[in-house]
Amino acid sequence: MAARIDVSIEHSHAPPEPDGKRHPNTCPGCGSHYRDDELEEHLNVCPQCGHHFPLPARARIKQLADEGSFREEAEELRSDDPLGFFDLRPYPERLAEAELATGLGEAMVIGEATLEGAPLELAVMDFSFMGGSMGRVVGEKFTRACESATERQVPLVSVTASGGARMQEGILSLMQLPKTVCAVEDMHDAGGAMISVMAHPTTAGVLASFASLGDVIIAEPGALLSFTGPRVVQQTTREKLPDDFGLAESNYRFGHIDAIVARADLKDYVARLLRLFGNAR
Amino acid sequence: MPGEAELQLRERLSRLRSLPLLRGVRLSGELERLQRQLDRIVSEPSDEEIWRSVELARHPDRPYTLDYVDRILEDFVELHGDRGRADDEALVTGLGRFDGRTVALIGHQKGRDIQERTKRNFGMAYPEGYRKAMRVMELAGRHGLPLLTLVDTPGAYPGVAAEQHGQGGAIARSQAVLARLTTPVVSCIIGEGGSGGAIAIALADRVLMQQNAIYSVISPEGCAAILWRDAGEAKKAAAAFKPDALHCLELGVIDAVVPEPPDGAHTDTDAAAALLKDSLGEALDELAGIPGDALRRQRRARFRALGALADAKTP
Repeated sequence: MAARIDVSIEHSHAPPEPDGKRHPNTCPGCGSHYRDDELEEHLNVCPQCGHHFPLPARARIKQLADEGSFREEAEELRSDDPLGFFDLRPYPERLAEAELATGLGEAMVIGEATLEGAPLELAVMDFSFMGGSMGRVVGEKFTRACESATERQVPLVSVTASGGARMQEGILSLMQLPKTVCAVEDMHDAGGAMISVMAHPTTAGVLASFASLGDVIIAEPGALLSFTGPRVVQQTTREKLPDDFGLAESNYRFGHIDAIVARADLKDYVARLLRLFGNAR
Repeated sequence: MPGEAELQLRERLSRLRSLPLLRGVRLSGELERLQRQLDRIVSEPSDEEIWRSVELARHPDRPYTLDYVDRILEDFVELHGDRGRADDEALVTGLGRFDGRTVALIGHQKGRDIQERTKRNFGMAYPEGYRKAMRVMELAGRHGLPLLTLVDTPGAYPGVAAEQHGQGGAIARSQAVLARLTTPVVSCIIGEGGSGGAIAIALADRVLMQQNAIYSVISPEGCAAILWRDAGEAKKAAAAFKPDALHCLELGVIDAVVPEPPDGAHTDTDAAAALLKDSLGEALDELAGIPGDALRRQRRARFRALGALADAKTP
């Protein structure tokens, strides 16, 4: 299970810079330069070509939740180091660094909120925290989000961005697949609805567990949604990869997702779905 | 400090003794086996021993699912096809009798020679394989049959067609079907328990693991390539993420270790099969008579507990 996804596939359309150097704020989709504040205003979507940049968890929550309605849950949870894992650096050091860099305690933020007045539960991942990898705390937080949704009888909206299971917690990370699957099953048994929004990239262990179990699955344009990343597929099989390998558009064509929705339309789209599920009760 | 080390070992031993399946182990000659297991734990597996597990788990002569089926099940009837588009031979499914009772079986199958390896795709299933598995899980549920699954795969197949046919979703839904079953499910890792391709059929009431099997989130080579940027560091990677049976037992991921013949399962398939049969029978006996709803509830609770709050630090 690749825990680090090669995202180079999306850089193929940018024209080369004449002097060989790259402006730091170059859109990988069209090569245009952008200002940070301008990008932020457009929900991290390129105003020229519509390329979807990653959206940090806090910004995603701000986008989806009614203003001031979000109340975070399980914020205090932090990973420990069950295996005493040491690769080139100790795991606790990587965790501390990720927390400092992102201001997040882990790669998922959960909590209750309202969307156009209707209550819901949110579980939002952040790729910038160790590649959005799922270890025990992410598994636990997602499970608690399901339990909180069930308790309050509200739908769950998950937004995923993940390279897969976190290698540094070894087999315990793999166990978060069945754990989150069981959590969704419990919620479904209690009549709860789940909307799964797959952002770039949703891969490996997260794709192979809760993210694929949404009652409705929505993807963002251009998002990589594959169990195995393109680099590993190419290296392992030496197959020629199609240009749209693993992308949302390919997944839509093959019948694995319900819709591709641009970020600017996402809130309305989710709200419409939630109204439909709300009326079903 | 020797005093501290000894304390740690004692604590670990008492934790192991309290594990349900080990405590319930049958007495005839088993105490000695248990003691041997505990002795090995007292000396925590060294990096070399972990790597030996990796090598034995992948040994070309190691018994595969069908070797065990021949020796454990009577009247085995293989079931083929996902009822959609293919029969994936990397996964074997069927019905047979285990000690007189009918059971359903799902297991990965590697190939013994080049021809069979190609046919079996080295035990790496496509989504079609997991869809075949799901249909047999549902069949077991419909008829109240206990389900045995034998796990032995390097991983789900990482290819273009496999992605196009929905590998990730198939693995997710296969787990979901297991989470819904109201019949007993017993899994055993018999070789390589490779990541998503393994857990797709291992969401079980009892998860067993053969002594020299490995169970891991990623292959040692894959982990080394990513974290060490060098697939040649696989030995270091394996030592870091500890895929061996004793570590899996200690972490609560598996319920019991199934012993192998002294020099490994590949040296004596009959003996390995007899030991496996004992353990599977024991697990099935334990689960017999539990009402379906309770069984399903307990199964989900088992996985709910993996990584619960008690294990996570609060700042």
